[in-house]
Amino acid sequence: MVFNDTGYSIKTTTGKLTYGNRFDHILARLGYKRSKHSVEPGLYAIGTPAQDSPVFVSASYTLSFDALRSALSGTDAYILVLDTKGINVWCAAGKGTFGTDELVHRIESTGLKNIITHRTLIVPQLGATGISAHKVRTRSGFRVEYGPVHASDLPEYMKTRKATPGMRRVRFTLRDRITLIPVELFFVPLPFIIAVVIISLLGGLMTAAAVVTAILAGIVLFPILLPWIPTKDFSTKGFIIGALSAFPFAIWAFNTTHDASLLLRYGSALVYMLAMPSITAFFALNFTGSTTFTSVTGVRREIYAHVPTMASMLVTALTLVVVLVILRYGGM
Amino acid sequence: MFNSYTENTLEYDEKLCINCRMCSTVCPHGVFSGGADKARLVNKKSCMECGACQLNCPTGAITVESGVGCAYAMMWSALTGKKEVTCGCDDDAGSCCAPTTTQLFKSER
Ligand code: SF4
Ligand code: SF4
Repeated sequence: MVFNDTGYSIKTTTGKLTYGNRFDHILARLGYKRSKHSVEPGLYAIGTPAQDSPVFVSASYTLSFDALRSALSGTDAYILVLDTKGINVWCAAGKGTFGTDELVHRIESTGLKNIITHRTLIVPQLGATGISAHKVRTRSGFRVEYGPVHASDLPEYMKTRKATPGMRRVRFTLRDRITLIPVELFFVPLPFIIAVVIISLLGGLMTAAAVVTAILAGIVLFPILLPWIPTKDFSTKGFIIGALSAFPFAIWAFNTTHDASLLLRYGSALVYMLAMPSITAFFALNFTGSTTFTSVTGVRREIYAHVPTMASMLVTALTLVVVLVILRYGGM
Repeated sequence: MFNSYTENTLEYDEKLCINCRMCSTVCPHGVFSGGADKARLVNKKSCMECGACQLNCPTGAITVESGVGCAYAMMWSALTGKKEVTCGCDDDAGSCCAPTTTQLFKSER
């Protein structure tokens, strides 16, 4: 920490990421001790900035801050870290913690006006969901300039201070989607895990395997195949993948019950075909929270359109199980 | 074919536009494009209702009911009767769709 002649404190940082930083990123992505991955809010100097050096605004989340400082490696600049409670820019902007009030407050509390001579702040584009540029200007005198969505585009952006259309778009590539999978897996609700254990105790390993397959189809297969499944709604995409992954189980159920009546054999196969797609579709629907292109209006419509179907498929499957058990062991 | 995402709450009143180009700058989905003397709404159906354009339009030419399109959070709030729908970023929210998810783009910078 240095105190310059204005008496305000400026912390220092570098553009270099250490192995410790990178390990910390893995933990952060996995959701391990998430609140620990935060950076102290305030003003940071990277390199040896002067009065006319650019000022970049960031969130107090390690991944956000580190992405920025590594993109700025080799430049002289200031980084103004807002107090977002250790949450990334996009989420914090949605909540309003990365917002106009906090930005204006942070400009005041760091004494930024006395440290630099210009009045421009470069804010990540995704912060615009929480920040109102014209309000910041009237309240603080600072002009907000929205930089590119991705910090990695900053070096290019700084050459012209103009973003190409590509820099303004959020991307959702295969790699992005695959990165999300381990985190999603980490957050499979506990009740599902308990349900799998109970099912395997009651219905045997194959039934438990079916449930696990249905969940994995929704969490692993679905995000990977997302753009290539030929429907628009997440739920219908989920139904399709679920049905495909249920098919082998249905055939297995049909074949292993060969000593039973045909009705019973078709019935057992049907249980898999009903239950598994409904589970997969449910997880697929929940992936809407992980994307950057689903609107509230659209998700609401999806819930009304498909959740009742999922529920009735599952209930029908469970009822069918009871009926089949009675048929089989009831001596009929 | 089912498509729940063709409609949204975005409204643009061209008469109020002063062509400051803020909306086309902040939108992450290319919904607005800068025109000669007015912003043009070029891709309405890609809008994800993030609200950035409304917040940064100095004349109030844009309105949108913004929120987080997250099924888990919406169903959860419907079940518990809680009004506020926020997605997953709370420290205690191992619950919502991804404290998680978000991290890639939502975390960059
Ligand atoms: S932000 Fe508002 S005033 Fe500016 S170009 Fe867009 S619609 Fe027009
Ligand atoms: S609400 Fe967001 S996605 Fe929709 S037009 Fe405005 S900035 Fe673009």
